[in-house]
Order: sequence, then C-alpha cells, then structure tokens
Amino acid sequence: MTTGALTIDSAHPHEFEHPDTVGNKTFGFWLYLMTDLVLFSAIFATFGVLNHSYAGGPMGKDLFDLPYTFGETLFLLFSSATCGLAVLAMHHERKGLVLLGLAVTFLLGLGFLSMEIHEFHQMILEGHGPDRSGFLSAFFTLVGTHGTHVTFGLIWMGVIMGQIVTRGLATSVQSRLMRLSMFWHFLDIVWIGIFTFVYLMGVM
Amino acid sequence: MNQTQTNVSGASRGSFKSYATGFILSIVLTVIAFGLVMGGVLPRSAVLLGIIGAAVVQILVHLHYFLHLDTSSSARWNVLALLFTLFIMILFVGGTIWIMYNLNYRMM
Repeated sequence: MTTGALTIDSAHPHEFEHPDTVGNKTFGFWLYLMTDLVLFSAIFATFGVLNHSYAGGPMGKDLFDLPYTFGETLFLLFSSATCGLAVLAMHHERKGLVLLGLAVTFLLGLGFLSMEIHEFHQMILEGHGPDRSGFLSAFFTLVGTHGTHVTFGLIWMGVIMGQIVTRGLATSVQSRLMRLSMFWHFLDIVWIGIFTFVYLMGVM
Repeated sequence: MNQTQTNVSGASRGSFKSYATGFILSIVLTVIAFGLVMGGVLPRSAVLLGIIGAAVVQILVHLHYFLHLDTSSSARWNVLALLFTLFIMILFVGGTIWIMYNLNYRMM
C-alpha cells in the first residue's frame, strides 16, 4: 500500500505535489490563526482585569449604544456569509461570482470598519479616549486590535481581487482565497467574544 | 478530481446549504443575545448565562458551518491544534483574572 503510493507519487510528481503543498499551507495558516487566538486571549485577559477600573470616568453603560453594536455585528456576519459564497463560487470556477462575492464582502467589511472608526472618533471627541481610564485603555486595545485585523483583511481582499482579475482562478490564487476566507471567518468569531464580553456585559 | 479538490481546500468543502444554515443560526443567536440584554425582562444572572451560552453556541456554529471543522480525519489536526489553543487560553484568561482579583482583594 505504502510502496504503491510512493511509486505513484514519484511517477507523477506534479499531480500530487501541489495539492499537498496547498494543504500544508492551509494547515500552517490554521496554526497562525491559533497563535492569533492566543494574542487575543491575552488582550481579553487584560480587559477582564481592567474591566471595572473606571477611574471616575464613564462606564460601559454610559458609552455603548447596543443598536449600533448590533449593526456592526450584522455587517460582519453578512460579510462572513458572502465570503463563504465567494469560496463556493470559486469551487464551481465561477470567476465573475467570486469577484462579486468578494466585492460585497469588502464593502460590508468596510461598513463595519467605518462604524467602528466613527465610534472611536466620537468617544475620543467626548474625552473618553484610551487615556481616560484603565477600562478605556483595555477597551481601545481589544477592539482596536480586532479592527486592525479587519483592516489588513480588507487590504488582503483587495490584493486577491486584483490577482483574480489579472491571473484568473489559478490554483495559487485559489489557495490564497481559501486562507483569506479562514482569516475572515476567524475575525467574526473573535467579534462574537467582543460583543458578548465587552458590549453586552458592559451595558448590563 | 474530487480528491484533488478536497486537498486544495485543505479541509472538507462547504455547500450552499451549510453556509445558509450557519448564517441563519448565527443571526438567530445574535438576536437572542442582544434581545436578552436590551429587553431587560429576565434577572441579571439569567441574562448573563443566556448571552454566554449564545456566544459559545455561535462560536461552535461558525467553526462547524463556516470553517468546516468536524470529527472527520481530514480535520483532526485542526481540531487538535484548536483544543490545545483553548487549553492555553483558559490558562491565560483564567489564571490572569484569578491572580489579579486575588491581589486586588489582598491589597484592599
């Protein structure tokens, strides 16, 4: 059995080598996501410790507007779904649909990011910036780190869209798109933690 | 052909149905979580339990329907890496909060 597989492997190196490399890359990227999860858990732990260090400043109750956060959440959730649809279209070799799906995902992600930047901007204008209290430092670090990830995801998405336009759905482009979609779904999972522990519990 | 495509994705592929199911479940769970807090009907502890439960279920929904994690052998190492990371996370978050609250208590 093993010998047979080895013979086939060496007889047709190109047929077997490439998909394997892609599988390795996907798994390697998964491991990166796991380390990113460790980064986020360190920031979540910091937030958990500083959660009530208001220093006489505003509390979550005074700052957060839940319908607004709900809107942000919907933007990210819809973008996760359209990203999945883009990957499905990729498996069916529908280039136009992939580009459409990614464009919609990009716009939804941009919508999320704009809402977050607007929120940060308002808070800083009102004097509730990260320098106000330990709670706000932790809040800006946690939510800002997630926002930075989304920003890089958007840049990445733009690059992939450019590659699809110029190179079509080559195997290398497909494998990059797979990793981008993993990254995007992962960010949505982190956001579930943020809206639950920061926003919902902050308002309670 | 089929084998190659499974390898290209590195994991089992999703279908339209799985993405749609995941999406609808996520929307429902998000609405439940926000509704519990914004409604303000239930006692505080019940709301807390409800939103944490909704978050955990929604994370599982995302992992299964969007990231296609399951108990199949192709996803085994992904699941193993995730479990190890969860262990680290529990140590990090639980340990930090335990120590810092304890310190805080003793300094009072």
